[in-house]
Amino acid sequence: MKPVYLRPQSMEDRITHYCPGCHHGIIHRLIGEVIDELGIRGKTIGVAPIGCSVFIYAYFKLDFVVTPHGRAPAAATGIKRSLPSDRIVFTYQGDGDLASIGLAEIIHAANRGENITSIFVNNANYGMTGGQLAPTTLLGQITTTSPYGRKIAVDGYPFHIAELMSNFKGVAYSGRFAVYDPKKIISARKAIKTAFKNQMEGKGFSIVELLSNCPINWRVSVSDSIKFVKENMEAEFPLGVFKGGE
Amino acid sequence: MGEKVLIKGVEAIAESAIRAGCRMFFGYPITPQNETPEYMSRRLPQVEGIFLQAESEIAAINMVMGASAAGARVMTTTSSPGFSLMMEGMSYLVGMELPCVVANVVRGGPGLGNIAPAQSDYFQATKGGGHGDYKTIVFGPSTVQELVELTYHSFDLADKYRNPVVLLTDGALGQMMEPVIFPEMRKLNTLPEKPWALTGALNREKNIIMSFEMDPKILENINWELQKKFQKISEDEVKYEEYATDDAEFVIVAYGTIGRIAKSTVKALREENIPVGLIRPISLWPFPYGVITQLVPQVEAFMVVEMSAGQMVEDVRLAVGDRRPVFFYGRPGGMVPSPRDITEKVKQCLSMLLS
Amino acid sequence: MSKLVIREEFCKACGICIEHCPPKVLGLSNRVNSKGYNSIELVDEEGCITCGFCYLVCPDLVIDVYKPEKKKGE
Repeated sequence: MKPVYLRPQSMEDRITHYCPGCHHGIIHRLIGEVIDELGIRGKTIGVAPIGCSVFIYAYFKLDFVVTPHGRAPAAATGIKRSLPSDRIVFTYQGDGDLASIGLAEIIHAANRGENITSIFVNNANYGMTGGQLAPTTLLGQITTTSPYGRKIAVDGYPFHIAELMSNFKGVAYSGRFAVYDPKKIISARKAIKTAFKNQMEGKGFSIVELLSNCPINWRVSVSDSIKFVKENMEAEFPLGVFKGGE
Repeated sequence: MGEKVLIKGVEAIAESAIRAGCRMFFGYPITPQNETPEYMSRRLPQVEGIFLQAESEIAAINMVMGASAAGARVMTTTSSPGFSLMMEGMSYLVGMELPCVVANVVRGGPGLGNIAPAQSDYFQATKGGGHGDYKTIVFGPSTVQELVELTYHSFDLADKYRNPVVLLTDGALGQMMEPVIFPEMRKLNTLPEKPWALTGALNREKNIIMSFEMDPKILENINWELQKKFQKISEDEVKYEEYATDDAEFVIVAYGTIGRIAKSTVKALREENIPVGLIRPISLWPFPYGVITQLVPQVEAFMVVEMSAGQMVEDVRLAVGDRRPVFFYGRPGGMVPSPRDITEKVKQCLSMLLS
Repeated sequence: MSKLVIREEFCKACGICIEHCPPKVLGLSNRVNSKGYNSIELVDEEGCITCGFCYLVCPDLVIDVYKPEKKKGE
């Protein structure tokens, strides 16, 4: 028998803490696959956020640091600028970490053209803390802190990070993808590979936004959560590359 | 021995750090320490170092965290409001056991306050302004030469204990020019090895640097290990200066800029044959409780002088207990008492003691 | 050796692979893993076309996919 698909080598052989059906697991695997393919496990450093994916360090055979909520891009800047230029630094953040408390950090890293790779998981709520309103929560979406549905007058509009990032000259690549079906997963993987390759070629700041589900906090079944991403989130957050090639 | 250089305190911090092998600086403009980032922005590129002005003090301390996690000797400088923004970072740095040097050039507070010299961040620096049980070594220099030596020494201590070190100074010393002699430039290949650093897990186990532990049993143990570290520091790293205490019956306790002014006061009073002495804490944490306690039997009273409403006075009271009166003379808000002001206060206290 | 190597302990019975399997040859087994989930199983070995969709959509690295070697003549 010839292998078609095998688990990435750069990942630990470990059951994750993520809820059943959570897309974090798929996104982790895509990163693992890309790191294997590019052969950079021995020189990649990961920067973890505070949120559901704070445990990401446990799932990769990589050097990792866990930094304060929202500050991953700043810490990544410190790491990147102190290590030899062949080292690869990536941040992994949720929407609360990146688009709320850490918005200044991600914008300034982008504007500096910091040569790092930012993986941004947008699941339209604060997962770890139990499903509160996030900057990317959809209009009308009910969360534990928008029990009557998100209202423009009260909570403003959902934040479009991938488009926002594409406006900075320092940004080499900014795109939004999803991982709710095989076809989307394959193109998301290509985007993540591009984002890491850009860093290897010193092209500056690359960010991949990935729409993701959150069945537990949305209080829906796994398959309904995938439908929500495909129909509701994608309607608000169009997929595509907003800056950069490939 | 290098030759004497006339230099301002805040610039001396930068040059001394570079002599200590610091090659990375992340900071943010805030008076009265702007000349440190400015100096670093000129000087670091000359020694293949990295200077970056961050978008905020919060970003700055997290850049320091990243660089330190990658094994670099790194520092930042700020002033009171900025230091407040760095408190979460300080707690994380201690929990992550990351070495770095942070200078706080203290200014009048609270709130926006002003840019005049003050010592009102003593509690924040020595008792910990961040969350959790943590300590950082804190030094209070009183001359630019001492600032140079303590800055240089801080980098070795930070690496030795894998813990941040704080230089607590103020706008007076920071903006004052004095002739100093800098230590020789440290060769980078003599800096301590950091196998724990994040450099890419090539042919080795991965390194994880974090302060995160969900299991209380384990986090308690981590805390007790940290406390052992702090205990060791308390035993080995206390620094202070005693001046004219042998026969002193009245002792002033003051640090930093006020420690220096108080020394002039003691000299003046000694000329009037008034038996006054000075204890000048140099390490504010670990605080020199011992030397103060030892003086209690021979002394009538102590007087603590601070540019604040009274913070270090509490530590002096801890050392003295209720065995002797501990007077306090404080000037918050950026006021700097003169030697004459302090002399008057000492005489008032002495007359009170006699009556 | 089966076309799918399934690590039953890793499965959280989220059902995504079952939904996305083109020939619909995956199902929940009656075996319960230590986390209390009924892990998935390959119901019809022959029917599996080793497209790997299950591997792609699985969030928990449960499945490795193998393809039978083509004999010279085939």
